[in-house]
Amino acid sequence: MSRDWPLWEVFVRSRRGLSHVHVGSLHAPDAEMALRNARDLYTRRQEGVSLWVVPASAIAASSPDEKDSFFDPAADKVYRHPTFYDVPEGVDHL
Amino acid sequence: MAGLFGYTLALADDALISAQRMSWWISRAPQLEEDVALANIGLDQLGQARLLLAYAGEVEAAGRGEDDLAYLRDEREFRNVCLVEREQTDFGVTMARLLIFSAWQCELYAALSRSADATLAGVAGKAVKEVAYHLDHASRWVVRLGDGTDVSHQRMQAGLDAEWPWAAELFDDAFLDTGLVDSGVAALPSSLRDAVDAGVSAVIDEATLTRPDVATHYSAGRDGRHTEQLGFLLAEMQHLARSHPGATW
Repeated sequence: MSRDWPLWEVFVRSRRGLSHVHVGSLHAPDAEMALRNARDLYTRRQEGVSLWVVPASAIAASSPDEKDSFFDPAADKVYRHPTFYDVPEGVDHL
Repeated sequence: MAGLFGYTLALADDALISAQRMSWWISRAPQLEEDVALANIGLDQLGQARLLLAYAGEVEAAGRGEDDLAYLRDEREFRNVCLVEREQTDFGVTMARLLIFSAWQCELYAALSRSADATLAGVAGKAVKEVAYHLDHASRWVVRLGDGTDVSHQRMQAGLDAEWPWAAELFDDAFLDTGLVDSGVAALPSSLRDAVDAGVSAVIDEATLTRPDVATHYSAGRDGRHTEQLGFLLAEMQHLARSHPGATW
């Protein structure tokens, strides 16, 4: 039975205003139990205020083989970075 | 008749002995995730036990601290209900017992959070959130196993049938000095029965299980008369502290 439990990916929002961040994965028979297992495994030390669980099978991932065509072309396009502007005073997180 | 010391001790022992039984599951649960969940629940109960034991020691004012009370009392001096002291090596039994016990603790701590005794109210106010989670955990497993396969339904019902006869002691007022209830310090055990019953019955219904129709076992843990299984539990739990008196980390 235990080997049949599907894998879930866990996302934790550590504070209000921040995004949910992937923290790891776990096994659970269904979504409700996955949330509860996530609570026990990933928020024991007050790491979060909100949890998402997603079936690992529902995630489409980029392939390491495609790394060159996916990511390398961005390397020489410095104009995409907004570094040519003066940041106004008082705007810390532009 | 149990006064404030005896009452606090009884509630502490319930939590302590339950925690010790829960710890048996560490490394034995059906999944690593469940292993952590049961350990967490046991540790919550241990935390409640420590606070209550420390307070009991204070009330007694005989120089006994939480460790003395946990490790240096003999079987007959323990005041926990027999429900929590028996072996629980079957997952269905464990979930049935946790369902009953945590449903009772939820009502108990909710009532005690309004206690006239500030320390009991404080401990209960903290614990009530913990036991709400224990109840949630047990409820979800009971529903999944009861409303699962034929085998899981059968085993969950067997677990419930095994634990049900031991539940009555939780609601027995006989051990308690009713003065504690009149002064608003303690919660009258029998007053919790209807709410616990309603909560547990709702879970049983959702799980397509049957409310056990079984006779109540004779159970007098509150008077220090225990099943033969408590002695073995204490032997393991107290062994280190008794073999090395006063040892520290």
